[in-house]
Amino acid sequence: MATGDLALGHEQSKSAVVDARARVVNDFSIQVATVNGSGSQSANSVLLKSIFDMGVPVSGKNLFPSNIAGLPTWYTIRASKDGYVARRKRIDVLIAMNAETAREDILGLHPGSAAIYDEALNLRQYRDDVVCYPVPFDKITAAVCPEAKLRKLVRNMVYVGVAAHLLQIDMASVEAALHKQFAKKQKAMDLNMGAVRAGAEYAAEHLPKQDPFLIERMNATAGKIIIDGNSAAALGAVFAGVTVVAWYPITPSTSTIEATIDYLKKFRINAEGKATFAVVQAEDELAAIGMVLGAGWAGARSMTATSGPGISLMAEFSGLGYFAEIPGVIFDVQRTGPSTGMPTRTSQADLLSTAFLSHGDTKHVILLPGSVKECFEFGYAAFDLAERLQTPVFVLSDLDLGMNNWMSDPFDYPSKPLDRGKVLTAEDLNRLGGFARYADVDGDGIGYRTLPGTDHPKAAYFTRGSGHNSKAAYTEKPDEYVEVMERLARKFKTAQTLVPAPVLERSTGAKIGVIAFGTSDFAVNEALDELKKQHKLDVDYLRVRAYPFNDAVHEFVASHQRIYVVEQNRDAQLASLLKLDLAADQAVKLRSILHYNGLPIDAESILSELAVKEGL
Amino acid sequence: MATATATPTGTPGPKVNRIGLPVIEYRGGKTTLCAGCGHNAISERIVDALFEMGVQPERVMKLSGIGCSSKSPAYFLSRAHSFNSVHGRMPSVATGAVLANHTMMALGVSGDGDTASIGMGQFVHMMRRNLPMIYIIEDNGVYGLTKGQFSATADIGSKLKTGVINDLPPIDTCAMAIQLGATFVGRSFSGDKKQLLAMLKAAIAHKGTVMLDVISPCVTFNDHEGSTKSYKFMQEHDEPINELGFVPSFEEIDVEYDAGTTTDVKMHDGSSLRLRKLREDFDPTNKVASVHTLMEAHENGEVLTGVFYVEPEKPSFIDLLNLVDQPLGSQPESATKPSAEVLQKVMASLQ
Repeated sequence: MATGDLALGHEQSKSAVVDARARVVNDFSIQVATVNGSGSQSANSVLLKSIFDMGVPVSGKNLFPSNIAGLPTWYTIRASKDGYVARRKRIDVLIAMNAETAREDILGLHPGSAAIYDEALNLRQYRDDVVCYPVPFDKITAAVCPEAKLRKLVRNMVYVGVAAHLLQIDMASVEAALHKQFAKKQKAMDLNMGAVRAGAEYAAEHLPKQDPFLIERMNATAGKIIIDGNSAAALGAVFAGVTVVAWYPITPSTSTIEATIDYLKKFRINAEGKATFAVVQAEDELAAIGMVLGAGWAGARSMTATSGPGISLMAEFSGLGYFAEIPGVIFDVQRTGPSTGMPTRTSQADLLSTAFLSHGDTKHVILLPGSVKECFEFGYAAFDLAERLQTPVFVLSDLDLGMNNWMSDPFDYPSKPLDRGKVLTAEDLNRLGGFARYADVDGDGIGYRTLPGTDHPKAAYFTRGSGHNSKAAYTEKPDEYVEVMERLARKFKTAQTLVPAPVLERSTGAKIGVIAFGTSDFAVNEALDELKKQHKLDVDYLRVRAYPFNDAVHEFVASHQRIYVVEQNRDAQLASLLKLDLAADQAVKLRSILHYNGLPIDAESILSELAVKEGL
Repeated sequence: MATATATPTGTPGPKVNRIGLPVIEYRGGKTTLCAGCGHNAISERIVDALFEMGVQPERVMKLSGIGCSSKSPAYFLSRAHSFNSVHGRMPSVATGAVLANHTMMALGVSGDGDTASIGMGQFVHMMRRNLPMIYIIEDNGVYGLTKGQFSATADIGSKLKTGVINDLPPIDTCAMAIQLGATFVGRSFSGDKKQLLAMLKAAIAHKGTVMLDVISPCVTFNDHEGSTKSYKFMQEHDEPINELGFVPSFEEIDVEYDAGTTTDVKMHDGSSLRLRKLREDFDPTNKVASVHTLMEAHENGEVLTGVFYVEPEKPSFIDLLNLVDQPLGSQPESATKPSAEVLQKVMASLQ
């Protein structure tokens, strides 16, 4: 974009009008800079949902501090007619509401961007190549909100009104979004709509349009839903019939449990008013997973949700779950580490530690959802897999997927009956005359279990994390120990055939391929589109969705000359895990594109690194 | 069910209990603990109590952590499911298991190291919840499996075989349990058959958290001159605060004690725990008095035994959770998986 056209400086009011050639329609990003705790979340959500209501594909990302109130926070909204939902580095429209960061915020813009800000900040002094829209927020707010203590909140709706007018978002769409936000609270609805209108009216009167960014009605969001990954995973668990939930609060997983509780209260109170579920806020993550395993052992579908520090604490119990073969579902919404790390920043750095969580030869089944839809589907499937495989199953999403709002197709109802796995009843025991808990009767490495309370004198067995033989009796005999360990390895092979298979997202017979998982998917797809556009280069792409990997991963590596493994951690954890599986002549094909600064990975970063590595 | 039925009259056979089972059906595997270990005596009393109370073995879940004590569930009640978990974490496993099936009786066995050191965090939170279960600490003040280090219940001045003297104060798990919300708290001695049996039987009738600290001398590492958890020390310093009698709801109540010196505590199932007062001022339903009595005994160098606190009617964790009657673990799919219409509605609300 020619910056000169828009470098209006102090004289902007007389020169600038939207140049038809420079119109940027449904393809830009907005950043709202506010202070944590100022209640901007509703306003941002309304802005996002208004664009959604206009039929334009949209995504939102909350970049927030680990703080209750007072620190800077940013919310980014990306409108993309092509449906790209990854983070975009470039900001086109800034809404600067935080005095503390305003200077930095405006200095970070590209020439030709637009900035809406509180007029007192006088941001024009810093940039003459950015379209400036000063707004007297306090004055406008005071006029529509007589109650002083509400003004801090209502003020945010004024910027929604200003932005809606400037971006040409229909007022009806804003109103529809507000309706959703405030549901049946008419008073709040009226007050906030008043603020939106006042903002829009001010903009209409005082702020002639000088930037090129516009929202125009499309029809690309009809039938779509907007949901965050944590709520989607919670829905999956509730539809999988979870009955015992034990947890300890930790960002960014907390909303998984809070959403689960909401749904359970809505859908799982029976006709007598009794709960078909139990939720326990445990004293720590050790207790949370202990409860999950105790409940799983006794026949309940049980789950917990946590993040990195909690995963570390769950290590010992995870090994018990693996070795004693007890089902349970653990959602890990990843944040950055090591240690406390940056609790409100995203990453994919728990993959390796989760795969081998606990001492000894321990290996875990991990599901890797790459969208909110998969959060729902895998949130559901994890319970079937845990009971089928009699082992803890981990679902690894991340802060970006879990806590941000995403557009999605509606979720399909899982109509297949629940798979409760190999459980013997008293009738089975009458027929069989008894059973050996850890015997590999079917050759798939999975034994048969009984549940406590089974009304048969031969139903009981002794569950232990100490050495045991196929009859669950204590052993220190080398042969018996090896037998159990080899069967567990066989069970892990069986898991390969049951976990979600990788998805071949792009297959053109190209020489080079990309492997990625989870939220990297959005940026990878966009980067590969750009690569094709800019460099006429086709790249194939396989998205892995679970560990253990299955044969499709081996085939993909074998059929390409070079493989770029794209992931959001420093140590190339997916690549490392793949290399453990691959033959030496295949493993050398892997190289890495890594992103680990705490922000969601973006297409531009992948594209530029790939281009350099390919010598483009 | 293939369990034994009552022996027909006239045929000599093993004595059976009220559900027709001989005591052998309550036994477990052969113990691998040391000969003379107090824990074995406790296992025997557990067998007796379950037999005498006529508990169906399959209706019991045994839970334990790690340590000598935690091995003992293998040595009684083989017909019950058992879960030997990880060190200090039995309370959480028990909590999960009870939530999955609250219709069963949960019997947890822990040790002083398993509870008062590594497991303190889970122990205190379990007591707070009043989860219906029996939690037994087999308390010898010493780590046996690692060959004799002090635990956190060892008394000040207690001496190891190696000559090391403990100079840190002991944790009184009973005082803690009372303060935290357990609703049946007592201390006994593995060598006191009568008291321990009565206490266990009453525990079986109780519906909230039962916490029993049972002093159980370690014959290998802590039963010598200088140990305050030895047989000899306990025989000399054991001060019962009450004599226990327990009358289950299915037995006729007979008067064993002089009415003037007894307290009857009605259990929720109609059973009766009868405490004959040895201390005139002792009221087992008064939290403050109970803790006071325990603290006083510490000052005097006594080891009090007896039931210190009983609160039969306090709502249990299961009551607070408002759970359905049928165990969560055996809910049919129709009760736990919402319908397609429900999902459709949720989807519509997100559009």
